Amino acid sequence: MEKRVVITGLGVVAPNGVGLDVFTHAIKNGISGIKHDAELERLQFSCQIAGKPEISTELALQYFSELELRNFNSTGILYGVIAGIDAWKDAGLTLENNEEPDWDSGTIFGTGTSGIDKFRESIYKIDDFQTRRLGSTAVAQTMNSGVSAYLGGKLGLGNQVTTNSSACTTGTESILMAYERIKLGQAKRILAGSTSDSGPYIWGGFDAMRVCTFKHNDAPEQGSRPMSASASGFVPGSGAGALVLEDLETALARGARIYAEVLGGNINSGGQRGLGTMTAPNPMAVQRCIKNAIANAGIHPNEIDAINGHLTATSKDGLEIQNWSEALERKGKDFPYINSLKSMVGHCLSGAGSIESVASVLQLDQGFVFPNINCDDLHAEITALIDESKIPKELIKKELNIIAKASFGFGDVNGCVIFKKWKAA
Amino acid sequence: MISKQEIIEQLKTIVKPYVQNQESFDALTEETDFINDLKINSANLVDVILDIEEKYNIIIDNESMEKMINVKAAMEIVAIKLAEK
Repeated sequence: MEKRVVITGLGVVAPNGVGLDVFTHAIKNGISGIKHDAELERLQFSCQIAGKPEISTELALQYFSELELRNFNSTGILYGVIAGIDAWKDAGLTLENNEEPDWDSGTIFGTGTSGIDKFRESIYKIDDFQTRRLGSTAVAQTMNSGVSAYLGGKLGLGNQVTTNSSACTTGTESILMAYERIKLGQAKRILAGSTSDSGPYIWGGFDAMRVCTFKHNDAPEQGSRPMSASASGFVPGSGAGALVLEDLETALARGARIYAEVLGGNINSGGQRGLGTMTAPNPMAVQRCIKNAIANAGIHPNEIDAINGHLTATSKDGLEIQNWSEALERKGKDFPYINSLKSMVGHCLSGAGSIESVASVLQLDQGFVFPNINCDDLHAEITALIDESKIPKELIKKELNIIAKASFGFGDVNGCVIFKKWKAA
Repeated sequence: MISKQEIIEQLKTIVKPYVQNQESFDALTEETDFINDLKINSANLVDVILDIEEKYNIIIDNESMEKMINVKAAMEIVAIKLAEK
């Protein structure tokens, strides 16, 4: 029999809040985490603003030993481990040092790249004939699975320990991969999440493509403008989100607090055919992904109360709204509430899907729709499709039952997951 | 000329962050083995070597490194490399 899958723990390291409480306060109050970035200015980037979580050494030492932090230079692993361990503890689980690993628990923790600053440092040493001086952790910090490997060791995980990678879809994909593994009975508990490094070496390629905004260097907090007429590109961000997904019976048996149920979802690709390319989504595939997610979750489109969009603040936001509207066959006032966390944190790239999923699950659990900021001037393409009241600019306190969360990434890849509020029987 | 006891004390400071067996570290002698006694993670041995190189401004070649399994061997190799300078 297929297992039901619930969410029992959350952790987040976001530009506008590190830790659940600070993050929840920030998203309810529309607090931006976008700041001027001196390093991007020095390097003459077009876009000189960014979203970067602030992590003190004191905080890092609560998750890593002093030895581990020696020559440590991987922000993605730092963010991922903090978010992951926080989610684990939030689920009421402990860090044990048993002789045997926990065979029933694993992690699927994605990223786009790992330890790019460590990579840079290593490359300079290698080119300077200093390969022998790289130290013992250059591999662990730069292998793509570094983040899941660090987490696996700290938590003693004995089930699958892996890292998925599908550009900006990564975080949504990791949740669905974990969901499937638990549903099939192959694991009882998976720490699902994703992370993204910060800094110029991650963001430079996007800056070169001119997809990041260069019009708000003097007003960072107003720079990320999803759905607005004045949207002029995304603001680069970084960070990590983590969710403990658990088999329902296991969660109930240990008396765990349950935030929400993962009803289902879908992952697909537009194959870079039709209107799809390496960088542009194939609308046919996006709509198919949303429709299949709804069918997989066994709900009717009208049951969706809110959407957490991908909505990056490029010229594609209107197309995304159109895809949702056509896939759900809902428009105007009948359209669900929709919001974009990116208005506050920027585009956290491979970390985006899981940070935004944490925000979605918090909305279900606490009954609110967080406000969109910087969209007083909604784009006409969008208001032609859906009513302005469905794009909240102030916090709405409201019981929600079902939220659809989608992410779309380079490579023409899509992911959509359906979360349902948990109501104890 | 640096004394044996001084080298032991300096090596102790260098290996301290990597040690996972405190008792054995407190009772450190020339015969103490880095992996079996101090329980230093074998991957970390290269970090210990790099720290020793930095401390004495010497270069420890791969052959010497293979022999550095305990305090005594480390002391001898440091002494040889210092004499070669």
